[in-house]
Amino acid sequence: MTNPTQDSLTTDLRRLEEIVRSLEAEDTDLDRALQLFEEGVSRLRAARDRLADAEVRVQKVLEDAAGQLHVTDFEG
Amino acid sequence: MTGSLFDPPSEGQLPPAHPPSRPTALSITELVSTLRKSVEAATGPVWVKGEVTSFKAYGSGHWYFSLCDPQSAVRCVMWKTYTMKVGAVVADGTEVYALGTPTVWEERGELRMSVQVLLPTSGIGLAQLARERVRSALEKDGLLDPFRKRSLPAFPVRIAVVTSADGAALRDIMIVSRRRWPSVRLLVVPAKVQGAEAAAALVRALAVVNRLERVDLCIIGRGGGSKEDLSAFDDEQVCRAVAGLRVPSISAVGHEADISLTDLVADARAATPSAAVERALPDRADTLRHVQSLASRLAHGLRRRTALVGARLARSGDRIQVAMGRRLDGPRAQLDRYSGQLEALSPLRVLGRGYSVARLADGRVARRRTDLPPGTAFNLSMTDGDIAAHAD
Repeated sequence: MTNPTQDSLTTDLRRLEEIVRSLEAEDTDLDRALQLFEEGVSRLRAARDRLADAEVRVQKVLEDAAGQLHVTDFEG
Repeated sequence: MTGSLFDPPSEGQLPPAHPPSRPTALSITELVSTLRKSVEAATGPVWVKGEVTSFKAYGSGHWYFSLCDPQSAVRCVMWKTYTMKVGAVVADGTEVYALGTPTVWEERGELRMSVQVLLPTSGIGLAQLARERVRSALEKDGLLDPFRKRSLPAFPVRIAVVTSADGAALRDIMIVSRRRWPSVRLLVVPAKVQGAEAAAALVRALAVVNRLERVDLCIIGRGGGSKEDLSAFDDEQVCRAVAGLRVPSISAVGHEADISLTDLVADARAATPSAAVERALPDRADTLRHVQSLASRLAHGLRRRTALVGARLARSGDRIQVAMGRRLDGPRAQLDRYSGQLEALSPLRVLGRGYSVARLADGRVARRRTDLPPGTAFNLSMTDGDIAAHAD
């Protein structure tokens, strides 16, 4: 699974808001409107993918005597 | 000099009987102002312990009272900025620790203590006094300034959690995370949260958080416990480490009523570790609903857009028809005129008035009597048809 970053969902939702507002405004020409719509659809798909079910992953970070960090799965 | 300044002076101590010449006499303002400066410089801000008497809280929010012990008293003023932090008013007779600066109220030439912190001694031990000292130090360095608080990320993906690896706090954080935002990744940096080593362990763990890459947020906290159990979160070094986090932080220590100093330093405070997660993570169901609403607005937006274009096209169509009509108007009028003329010229129209036309067998029109000698057969065209005829 690719690791989504917080920015992508934030960006997708923010961009979607912009697109919707532009489409709702009257002064967008049709070519532009269609372009925006296509972009909107792909951003929606991306946002839904990011929201798809996933399992919370819990890891433990430990520092060894040499100051190195080790990340292991947490057995809670 | 023997005796107090306020004891009646003995003969030998009397000032000269004659008033000094004018240039050496101070104005009262000069005198009081000089005294104020030396009183303020004498101790600077200082902690005192005493009993509150003559307490009066004014509508302006300022408090006036005296602090006294069996031998002495000092009038005190506490401005609204500070009284707001005390909360409830203080009853006469309450023993308190007060942090204040002695000064002189110049208009009256009276000694005053300008109090900034007031803590009832009942129920507070040295720990709370120490806590208050730490709080003042943090405040002095601007670490409690609301303006330095950062906003929390909208959709954190990797959250560092500084707490005990086997405490209730971590369990609660995991449960709420699963419910709200299952795609989150929790990076637990374990630390002792109570006992003598807790403060140092928390400071180390917070330093580890600063070394982790791609962390969006840090939650630091623990579940409920006694005041002593929570005291590591009042530690000055722990607070400074929280303030030094590279990422926004939420402090969640104990239960609702417990407020630790890390709560004041962190970017956000949550009443409990569960509440910290509620604060940190959006609700997946809510976000899905939001995405759904964006989807329908998107579709509706495009439909509306295309409908507008359709209407505009229809209007353009109308305009074409009108333009074409205009183009056709000229020829049509001409045609009408022609057809009128044609009709006027039509022989049928003449016949309609009662005339008839005689045509010879070869179709020629008989115009003169000589065209029709007796016995000639001809056709008589009338308005409704022809009749065969003979000339006699």
